[in-house]
Amino acid sequence: MLIKVSYRWTKVWYRNYVSFLKFFYVNLVGNLGDPILYLLAMGFGLGAFLGQIEGVSYIQFLAPGIIVSSAMFAAVYECTFESFLKMIHLKTYDAIIVTPVNIEDVVAGDIVWGATKAMLSGIMMFVVIAAFGLVHSWWSLFIPFLIFLVGFHFASLAMLITAWAPNFDYFSYFLELVITPLFFFSGIFFPLSQSPGWLRALSGTFPLTHAVELSRSLVMGAVPQRPVTNILFLIIPSIGLFYWSVWRMKKRMIK
Amino acid sequence: MVVEAKNLVKKYKDMVAVNGVEFKVQEQECFGFIGPNGAGKTTTMKMIYCFVPRTSGELQVLGKDPSIHPELVKADLGVVPQDNNLDEDLNVFTNLTMYANYFNIPKAIARTRSRELLAFVQLIEKEKVKINELSSGMKRRLMIARGLINDPKLLILDEPTVGLDPQARHLIWDRLHELKNQNVSMIITTHYMDEAAELCDRIAVMDKGKIMVVGKPKDLIREQIGEEVVEVRLLDTTVEKLKQDASGFQVTLEETSQKCYLYCQDCRPLLNHLADKGYKHILRRPATLEDVFLKLTGRDLVD
Repeated sequence: MLIKVSYRWTKVWYRNYVSFLKFFYVNLVGNLGDPILYLLAMGFGLGAFLGQIEGVSYIQFLAPGIIVSSAMFAAVYECTFESFLKMIHLKTYDAIIVTPVNIEDVVAGDIVWGATKAMLSGIMMFVVIAAFGLVHSWWSLFIPFLIFLVGFHFASLAMLITAWAPNFDYFSYFLELVITPLFFFSGIFFPLSQSPGWLRALSGTFPLTHAVELSRSLVMGAVPQRPVTNILFLIIPSIGLFYWSVWRMKKRMIK
Repeated sequence: MVVEAKNLVKKYKDMVAVNGVEFKVQEQECFGFIGPNGAGKTTTMKMIYCFVPRTSGELQVLGKDPSIHPELVKADLGVVPQDNNLDEDLNVFTNLTMYANYFNIPKAIARTRSRELLAFVQLIEKEKVKINELSSGMKRRLMIARGLINDPKLLILDEPTVGLDPQARHLIWDRLHELKNQNVSMIITTHYMDEAAELCDRIAVMDKGKIMVVGKPKDLIREQIGEEVVEVRLLDTTVEKLKQDASGFQVTLEETSQKCYLYCQDCRPLLNHLADKGYKHILRRPATLEDVFLKLTGRDLVD
């Protein structure tokens, strides 16, 4: 089956943007509530009992990772629940693909939109963190690019799951078995340097781990240890996942 | 030619939905598909509007092959599918302008065109309303307006008035008649025979993935049934007795468990004869498309 994404994905992106503006405040609370809670509860609460980690306070250690994870959750939510709703229940996809916009464009538009929302979510989180005085470098201006990549990666992955999902319950497995472990074992909450070797090796294959490393360097103004590896781990799997998910989705919709 | 299909086939894993159909839709024509559920009408329509790829056979829509140039074909189609799929995140007016954007219609033109279409389907005072606040008749009208946003060369309507009250149906029929007068080509499927007779220039009767007959509604009725029908309720008679009593007349008889249908050119003599014989539950009426439908596709329930 041939996959061809045209410029018309922008039409779908725009549709999602217009719809987003209508529910702007709901979206805002939904996206920022959780990460801020984590930051406060873990950072201030738990952090009060901890000494320094890698030479900084616990909340300072935590904050760059929370930016990245908020982006991940935003993208995942957008391309699982929201996309599934549009595909199966609201039949929005059906309505769009009888216009010159093809299914590939619809899926691509939804994925890029998922990445965009992830970026917005990450930026808002970044502003919160900056307000706490936890941002220390101009390098952090690259954060939006980084979290867009994170968003694109997880939006593509989520879309692939959506292409398989028979119902909403299916997403619980994905969240419990994939996203939550990534959240805990990608170096957001504790440095992996103290972990067992196998966990460190495994974690090193997660794109999220690489995003967290980069985010921490950018926020702190520290020189990243392996920037090229980090970026490759973020980009290459994403391209694969993107095409795979567009292809699976086309297979699901066009029979 | 608007649509030309030759030996068109659609197979799914374990079933054949469309089994080698052949038909042509002329320019400015309103062409109807009728048939029981599962006959393959909707699948045929979906192949035309590039939603479902065909398994084999030839198909040309507006002179192009939908499997090679779907974007070009779709650019000139208006599609109103069976289920309403309006964008519930957007209001009535934005539903139209957003849809126009999918067709790359410039904003200013889209806004003018949306206003015109809302006036056309009598929804202009609802332009700021949310979709879930519309009645089912209004939603259907908005669907039709949306299908017209790109000024299509061919409008495809899958059961345009299903589930609507008589007022809403007649309003939609009025609008579709007006479109016919503006020379818009149309393809319709419907379960309502009166709707098919009202709107369609020609009709294809489908059953089990095949087209049984194609023709003008009046011709189909005349060829398949005749001019008139006498219905006899089997309350105080039996099929055998009725066959005997009607044996002197040129009729075709069809029986169900409760009724017999006698098809004839002029049924008056038969009716009088039966009345003289003491039949009470008899009715003489003109033949309709429904008779054609039931004769060709059978009276058994299709599940």
